[in-house]
Amino acid sequence: MNDDVLDVADVRAMNEVVQQPVVAKNKITDISEITETVGIPFADNAKMSMRNVDVFYGEKQAIFDVNLDIGVNEVIAMIGPSGCGKSTFLRCLNRMNDTIDICKVTGELNLEGQNIYDPKLDVVPLRARVGMVFQKPNPFPKSIYDNVAYGPRIHGLATRRADMDEIVETSLRRAGLWEEVKDRLHQPGTGLSGGQQQRLCIARTIAVSPEVILMDEPCSALDPIATARIEELIDELSENFTIAIVTHSMQQAARVSHRTAYFHLGKLVEVNETEKVFTNPDHDLTESYITGRFG
Amino acid sequence: MTDRTDDNKLNTIDLVNKNLAKRFRAEKRFQAYGIASICFGLFCLVFLFTDIISKGTRGFFYHYMPMEINLDADTLGITDTSDTDQILAANYTAVVKKAVYEEFQASGRKQKKDARKLIAIDATGYKIQGLMKTNAESLINTTITIDVLVDDKVDFYLKRIGNYGEPGKEYFNEQQLAWIEQLMDKESGGLEKKLNVAFFTSGDSAQSEEAGILSAFMGSLYLLLVTFCLSFPIGIAAAVYLEEYAPKNKWTDLIEININNLAAVPSIIFGLLGLAIFLSFFGFPRSTPLVGGLVLTLMTLPTIIISSRAAIKAVPPSIREAAYGIGASKMQVTIHHVIPLAMPGMLTGTIIGLAQALGESAPLLMIGMAAFIPDVPGGITDPATVLPMQIFQWFRNADAGFSEKASAAIMILIMFLIMMNALAVWARKRLERRW
Repeated sequence: MNDDVLDVADVRAMNEVVQQPVVAKNKITDISEITETVGIPFADNAKMSMRNVDVFYGEKQAIFDVNLDIGVNEVIAMIGPSGCGKSTFLRCLNRMNDTIDICKVTGELNLEGQNIYDPKLDVVPLRARVGMVFQKPNPFPKSIYDNVAYGPRIHGLATRRADMDEIVETSLRRAGLWEEVKDRLHQPGTGLSGGQQQRLCIARTIAVSPEVILMDEPCSALDPIATARIEELIDELSENFTIAIVTHSMQQAARVSHRTAYFHLGKLVEVNETEKVFTNPDHDLTESYITGRFG
Repeated sequence: MTDRTDDNKLNTIDLVNKNLAKRFRAEKRFQAYGIASICFGLFCLVFLFTDIISKGTRGFFYHYMPMEINLDADTLGITDTSDTDQILAANYTAVVKKAVYEEFQASGRKQKKDARKLIAIDATGYKIQGLMKTNAESLINTTITIDVLVDDKVDFYLKRIGNYGEPGKEYFNEQQLAWIEQLMDKESGGLEKKLNVAFFTSGDSAQSEEAGILSAFMGSLYLLLVTFCLSFPIGIAAAVYLEEYAPKNKWTDLIEININNLAAVPSIIFGLLGLAIFLSFFGFPRSTPLVGGLVLTLMTLPTIIISSRAAIKAVPPSIREAAYGIGASKMQVTIHHVIPLAMPGMLTGTIIGLAQALGESAPLLMIGMAAFIPDVPGGITDPATVLPMQIFQWFRNADAGFSEKASAAIMILIMFLIMMNALAVWARKRLERRW
């Protein structure tokens, strides 16, 4: 065989080798074929465990039969293309979906063995145990101090002024905001920068000492530096809290989480160790998504 | 043929340029419509204000003249100054009349009758009675100098001297005109134009020189107080419930449609409702601010509810979520976050409703607040009239001097409104400053 000229047959053969896996990966599985979540959706020491969760918005079903455990002090990231139901699922975990009239949740969602959708259960203590940080920083139009103190105040966690001061300081310190705002605690919280506002919201959430913190794309409205700051914070918080975070940034999921759950069109496709999901996912859909083939 | 090809060569930018001039003209025309309507509005406003102010300021002033009056015990018919009944029943008009005859040196029945018509005898009598009530002991049998009111016709004429045709002149005969001239020429102790304090401190009267605005003003104040105290809390409670708590079903839809429709119901219908329910059924006292306030509450509620609901809707959902997210109950979310943020909008709606209520007269006609009420009401259950009704009654009165009183009352009413609006703006600014 001449070194300079490639035989047509050789090229064809090589092409087949190169093309084959690509063709395979492009063959996106029909979503109706997904019946079971691959990977490790269950945990031994589950803080929250969800079984057969279906969510409906009126007639439309948004979540299909999701089974997932969230371990104690674990950071679990939920990723997936827009409209895949990851935020909807997250909001079920502290019943924030209750505020939407047409939303209906079925299945079993347990927090330490207690069904959180039990009609007899009061959502107020539930939300004190499962706090939430939202996509857009949403501090109250009150002072920084009052923002953090609001939760403890309504739950009656501190009766004396000094106790309250301590809670506020601890929460702000944990959120890494104390040094920046300690001299202006009584100025409006809305006057802070976007990243500071989001950390203020985190401080407000941890002020009531929740067990689980739900974060719904907490960095999507922030610049990279503020994002890095929040990610560090999530890492620190994971020592004491169980965290479930929804994110659009796969790098973020890779950086902060222990396990990653991939949602697709309302179904939970794969749950695995984060490293595995981003290097060698079990499911074709997951791989297609993390390699940027869609989403 | 060549022309045609040239025409066809007109490219896009030429077409745009051709249309541009047309577009600019349309733009100019559009602006001109706006400017024209603003000018028309301003013209009407200026016309209205000049008319009211020029007429109304006359109503605030009145002509007085100092006069010596001898409080002769015999003429008064007082024998014992410690007897209150005697003091009250004394013949004050007699001493005033005597003083008037002296002032004009009137003699004979005809002249005396003419002289009496120049001075407000009764009003002066009341004034002396008032003085005597407090210290009869020291005043009896002395001569006092007090400012007496001239007759309303004289005042009317004096205010218009120099105007075209001198309106009011026809009220007087030769003799009286001579006397008025004589009074005007007097260097000192003659006529004086002063602020008519009585206008602010007394109620309505059949005599225009004694008629004041106070009873109507207090009536309006009490009426607004009742309306505010009822409509503000009820309106806000209804708005909060409908917006935050009520399930969205056909019943709440029905309620919503009805509230919107009620805002457009002619106000006199509310008056009929008040007549039927509050007066006939519940038997509340007629002509009182209480019933008026209830009727106007019904009238202003739709306005307040609609604007409060809009204000509540405008509260960003992120704030609600934030509060729910840390475990606030629905009531805490509403009271701590939604209502404070919606308060400026709610206040605006309330003030608009109250301003409407202040100027309302049709529904009050039905519940008897158009009555002649000379006494200043002391509470919400006393008969009262309100400023718009008072204005209407004065304008309707053909006697000299009433129409300028009406203009003055309009100025008071407008001032009242401006003050209310200023209060609203201030309150809104204050509340909004909390970020």
